[in-house]
Amino acid sequence: MGRAKLPRKSTNIDMTAMCDVAFLLLSFFILATKFKPPETLKVETPNSVSNKIAPEKDVVMVTLDKDGKVFLSVSDANVAQKKAIIDEVNTAKNLGLTEEEKKNFSNNPTSYIGVPFSQLKSYLSKTPEELKGVVLPGIPVKDTLNNELIEWIHAATSAFFDGNKKMNILLKGDDAAKYPSFKGITDAFKKNDQMKFQMITNPVAVPPGTDLYKTNIATGTKGASS
Amino acid sequence: MAEMDTSSGGGHKKGPGVKKGKKMSTRVDLTPMVDLGFLLITFFIFTTTMSQPTAMKLFLPKDVDKPEEQNKVKASAVLTIMLGKNDQVYYYEGDDPAKLQSSNYKAIRDIIIDKKRRTDPKDFVVVLKPTVDATYKNTVNILDEMTIDEVKRFALVDISPVEYTYVQATEKANGIQ
Repeated sequence: MGRAKLPRKSTNIDMTAMCDVAFLLLSFFILATKFKPPETLKVETPNSVSNKIAPEKDVVMVTLDKDGKVFLSVSDANVAQKKAIIDEVNTAKNLGLTEEEKKNFSNNPTSYIGVPFSQLKSYLSKTPEELKGVVLPGIPVKDTLNNELIEWIHAATSAFFDGNKKMNILLKGDDAAKYPSFKGITDAFKKNDQMKFQMITNPVAVPPGTDLYKTNIATGTKGASS
Repeated sequence: MAEMDTSSGGGHKKGPGVKKGKKMSTRVDLTPMVDLGFLLITFFIFTTTMSQPTAMKLFLPKDVDKPEEQNKVKASAVLTIMLGKNDQVYYYEGDDPAKLQSSNYKAIRDIIIDKKRRTDPKDFVVVLKPTVDATYKNTVNILDEMTIDEVKRFALVDISPVEYTYVQATEKANGIQ
């Protein structure tokens, strides 16, 4: 019959090109990756048009979780400052912390403070393993008369001042946190004359048609300058 | 099972006793390697943090107790925005909180832009008053809105009890829990 015979083609494809691409991508991701630090506190940060990358050095981080609880942490590299902070708080509040307990805060990389002064001693005497799963009450801030964050920020300010370092105050807040906690935190900053602070946000694009959008097009910048 | 190799021997061009080296293909099956490659890619894609968190700067004003040291603003140039619960926004112009109107975070932009257009730029002030029911997200959103609309002068102030009662009354009237 007059049927054209199709030549039988091999089903084997040359995989070399695909393999090349796969490993190219792989090497890119290996180099570009930066592992997420184990998050002890889950915080959903809000969005903003700001495009300034959050600083990573000399950071005093105030975390505000979804229940409005406040936690304080200092970047790991500043061991000397951490030690100075805990020393100052210990003296100011007469907590009677032992050297061991102080070390628990200053040498422990992931440590943060999330308890009132009254519970600080027992909190610091525990190892990180013992603290797993324990619900911390947070640093009290909502009551203006008993805003313990003021003391902490005061200690941090003097510790960084003595170490001749510029302190970066960061506030990492959760979307669902209520305003009174935020106000308590800003009050604590104000009381210590720390008028500048930065809030961690997720970057989003500037909405088209707005004034900022027009300015950015005119000046050729992206995001917010401040 | 036990088969006899009958083909060897006769019929070959090479002489007896010369073993023919079997010609192996140089092609390797790359499929498992590609599999592994993509597996690792997916792993790194999931663990990577591509977008660095950004930070938004906020400068706090110094608290002044004496009224004569406080900044005076023209009442007509002020837009007061109050942040209520359930992502609702209430605003009024001037100094009469009774005239408050409700809005939301999407619509407030037009209101700010409209007010900005109608007002002398050197007098224009936006006063932000979050209520206790507003969330941190609301606060950041409205501060961001100030950046987006390029409002140069704005203040984050505590809500007064009178204003809060108006907000609560409006919330009740609108059925917001």
